[in-house]
Amino acid sequence: MTDVKVNDMADRQKLSYIAAQAADARLNVELETEGMTLNIGPQHPATHGTLRIIVRLDGEQVIWAEPGAGYMHRGYEKLTEVRTFPQVTALVNRIDWLGSFANEVPFILAAEKLMDVEAPPRAQWIRTILFELSRIANVSLFLGDLGVQLGAITPVFMAFRDREYVLNLIESATGGRFHPNFDRIGGLKEDLPAGWITETKQVMKKLRNFCDEIDDLLFGNEIFQSRLRGIGVIPPEVAKQYGLSGANLRASGVDWDLRRDQKLPLAYDKVDFKVWTHPDGDSFARCWIRLQETREATKIVDQLLDGIPSGSVMAKVPRIIKVPEGEAWVSTENPLGEMGYYVVSKGDLGPFRVKIRSASFNNISIVPWVLRGVYVPDIISILASLYFILGDIDR
Amino acid sequence: MSDTPPQPEPTPELVHDTVREGVVSALRAALGDGLIDSVIKPNDDMWVRVSADVWQQTGRVLRDTVGCDYFCFLSAIDWLPSPYGRGEDDPTEPPPERDNTIKQGYAGGETRMQVFARVTNLSQHFGVTIKADVADVEPCVDSWVTVYAGANWHERECHEMFGIDFRGHPDLRNMYLPTDFEGHPLRKDFPLLARMVKPWPGIVDVELLPGDDTDDPAAEAEPT
Repeated sequence: MTDVKVNDMADRQKLSYIAAQAADARLNVELETEGMTLNIGPQHPATHGTLRIIVRLDGEQVIWAEPGAGYMHRGYEKLTEVRTFPQVTALVNRIDWLGSFANEVPFILAAEKLMDVEAPPRAQWIRTILFELSRIANVSLFLGDLGVQLGAITPVFMAFRDREYVLNLIESATGGRFHPNFDRIGGLKEDLPAGWITETKQVMKKLRNFCDEIDDLLFGNEIFQSRLRGIGVIPPEVAKQYGLSGANLRASGVDWDLRRDQKLPLAYDKVDFKVWTHPDGDSFARCWIRLQETREATKIVDQLLDGIPSGSVMAKVPRIIKVPEGEAWVSTENPLGEMGYYVVSKGDLGPFRVKIRSASFNNISIVPWVLRGVYVPDIISILASLYFILGDIDR
Repeated sequence: MSDTPPQPEPTPELVHDTVREGVVSALRAALGDGLIDSVIKPNDDMWVRVSADVWQQTGRVLRDTVGCDYFCFLSAIDWLPSPYGRGEDDPTEPPPERDNTIKQGYAGGETRMQVFARVTNLSQHFGVTIKADVADVEPCVDSWVTVYAGANWHERECHEMFGIDFRGHPDLRNMYLPTDFEGHPLRKDFPLLARMVKPWPGIVDVELLPGDDTDDPAAEAEPT
């Protein structure tokens, strides 16, 4: 991309930002009408669970919005304090339930960091493969669901059809379709089953076809584009302030991906992949980044499958795990964004305190800012493009 | 295959540690005595502890001078050891004696509760964990909302879970709990009621395998 084009894009961002502020000002001065409060949810097809959104409207325009979370709060931070370290993975599986395996990895990595244990290379590679498979399972459902939210029914059937292949793979490797609970301190529960690698390669081809179909059906569609282009623009400074992560951050033009930009005992440094960014920061950019990332994830899996090292999948660790005293922060690039655990250990069987930093919590905290000045139908498309999982907000 | 001894691994790059030291000196220059302690784990991570008076100023310095403009999270730690242990006591027996001395983690501390936050520098790829002591009675620090807009929800969550007040926060409503809920669930002296009313059934599962040393359960054993 040339410099000129980048500047163009930045200007566009600024213009949309100014336009939003102008809309605000106009609302306050010219259109002084009687407002209306509209309650969306907690049960609403567009909210992926029980998120309630209260908006105050002036005509069709939103002048104030407030999401009400908390309908699914399960108190995992408290529960981890009465669990042993290996038991915690069963809990954190349920935070982002569409990409469960990805939730286990940062916690296990944090525990391994405190214990100064490193998983054997084979375990690291399989971890990375399963991590990317969770991403594909998670984001492919987003791509299908996106159509539903904008009035197109077909993509969601295609998404459920193709996600099934990925879930079958995860099931055959881990034993669990949704909640694998497969990651262990020091490695993995088991090795891969026979024939899994060939099967995975075929599925990755199917998933790439699915991405192409979605690209044709949805992203090339004019209605789809006009519903999303230029809507819900988030400038990079605002995105960083709110701690947006994952595709939402990269769609605002911030080139930041924890798979590439930090050193972790995962196999990402062994593969070649592109971190996609988009300069627009609008709803379309966020959806487009996710589509590209699903494609990229299938390529990462393919590359990893070719080079899995041999050896054990479990390092030598004590049968009863006591984690030495200390504090560790580990975060990874999960399907929804940056997911991290701040683990404090007192040398006991269980953690003393676990702070769970989940991606959707930060991603949704920007909603009051981004919904100001938009029209009612855009509420749904903006929420859809921000993409959140309720379990990931409430924990 | 030759018999030459394995070559020592090349020294890992320590460029981040010089950056981290730079962060500490930048904070010391701006905050003076407000910066109480700092810990740098080589090639890994860093922690700084500041006094609660300069909590908000620390955020500003980190954002504007150090370039940590990405807000990661904000929360608190209650360092009091739980009076209920790990919730595995038999409710029919009197509770066992427990050590309840408060011992803070990295970068030390003087109070029972600490607020801590993490911000990241996206261009130089490092993060900083900042801690501050808060008073035991009516814990309170300045809000970060004017520094990092994303701190809004984190402070609301922290307020309801730990009872820490954030001066200058626009709206400290509860996020998860009913408005009239009493107590602060993540404080250690708040019991986990599910574990209080019934003995933890998982306790019966802990039985030793043949060959396990009863005195040292963490003894090395072959992975299964």
